[in-house]
Amino acid sequence: MTSAPDNAIAVSARNLRKRFGALEVLRGISLDAHEGDVISILGASGSGKSTLLRCINLLEIPDDGDVVVAGEAIVLRTGRGGKREPEDRAQVDRIRMQVAMVFQSFNLWSHMTVIENVIEAPVHVQKRPRADALREGLALLEKVGIADKRDAYPAHLSGGQQQRAAIARALAMHPRVMLFDEPTSALDPELVGEVLRVMRTLAAEGRTMLVVTHEMGFAREVSNRVIFLNQGMIEEEGKPGELFAAPRSERLRQFLSSHLGA
Amino acid sequence: MDLDFLGQTLLLLISGVPLLLNLAFFSITAGAALAVLLALMRLSGHPLLDRAARGYVFVFRGTPLLVQIFLIYYGLGQFPEIRQSFLWPILRQPYWCALLALTLNTAAYSSEIIRGGILSVPFGQIEAARACGMSRWLIFRRITVPQGLIVALPAYGNEIILMTRSTALASVITLMEVTGIASKIISETFRAVEVFVCAGAIYLILNFAISRGIALLERRLSPRSRASTDLPSVPEPAR
Repeated sequence: MTSAPDNAIAVSARNLRKRFGALEVLRGISLDAHEGDVISILGASGSGKSTLLRCINLLEIPDDGDVVVAGEAIVLRTGRGGKREPEDRAQVDRIRMQVAMVFQSFNLWSHMTVIENVIEAPVHVQKRPRADALREGLALLEKVGIADKRDAYPAHLSGGQQQRAAIARALAMHPRVMLFDEPTSALDPELVGEVLRVMRTLAAEGRTMLVVTHEMGFAREVSNRVIFLNQGMIEEEGKPGELFAAPRSERLRQFLSSHLGA
Repeated sequence: MDLDFLGQTLLLLISGVPLLLNLAFFSITAGAALAVLLALMRLSGHPLLDRAARGYVFVFRGTPLLVQIFLIYYGLGQFPEIRQSFLWPILRQPYWCALLALTLNTAAYSSEIIRGGILSVPFGQIEAARACGMSRWLIFRRITVPQGLIVALPAYGNEIILMTRSTALASVITLMEVTGIASKIISETFRAVEVFVCAGAIYLILNFAISRGIALLERRLSPRSRASTDLPSVPEPAR
């Protein structure tokens, strides 16, 4: 994988802070994802990985810091009661279209078939013609390998199929950046491979991806940058080859040895 | 058995069905609109709106419908302000008083049913919708309502049947719907059992039709996923 520092910045987080009650989950995190970057975010549970991802598309509102997507900063203000909130919900909705999210628990809409899930946002949010969305949606299902399940309801699919449908749903929005929040953690071991295979394809196409994962193989082979979080801060970051071969911090060494079984 | 009398009574009682259906239909429709508003107030997270809706539900669920009808019909006229207001031509008519009481009452119950339906939608699916850039209203319309409706429908069907029966109480403020007519016939003939059997049969038939309608709607709304292979069939227990 080539690093892409010369490309434009797709999404950037600046000094993000977030606390839940007494617990400070993010303690000033900054990162830039350039177009074509595949960044794996590693860390023990509770290190703030998921919260970081959720702050980037404003599912959580950071207490401090900024999120900039494709050069457009999301405007936050301090509302009543001292809580931060978006200045303009329409802006948040618009930006979220460019930052698609794939969840650990898939979160497909259970009252819609697979293809209905995929075309929902293109048709109702982006107002694309239904026929176009349908044609493209079917091509996406083909791509993730579940075209034969187009008319099935999520409850009838395996976890791996559901997650691939969720990836197709995310792709259908033509996002600039894709966020993956532990996409394989809820899957049976034998189903992990089919989802990772799809994600590898996406990476090879040059898509910009931020992936919170426990799959060390994926992080090492597919991503061009790895970020290791510890207690709400970036403990270490770099190219996967260097990071895995020669971790500088004791924390990362411990983490790797427990996750690689070495 | 006096079949002639039963037949005549039935015909007389049936002439009260249009008013019965009228009261039920309009109170349920208006009540549903008010109930959605109340449920959204409860879920708004705004303390003032939440408390107002809670108070409303507390009052209208905590007092008998009969008392509410009496209070609206006899009570409102006690206030000169109301008697002189533009609303008086409406509020002095028993029809509007009954409709108002039924509407306010069903709104309280229905709002809780609707709230339960909304809360039943898994939060992850709401988040997924947000992450797709869907606005609040779009999420409500496309994700929350279709799923919440399926969950709320059995309980709401109960409420519809309950309201259809509750229209009988309108007879206490002189309305001549089925029960009102029945009372009148009894006072003239003193044949309470036959008359009430006829009246009961009419309610039974109406509610049979309503419950079939609701069952049909339920089947139409639920995705095939739940109707067919989703649940393994459980063998009937031996008796």
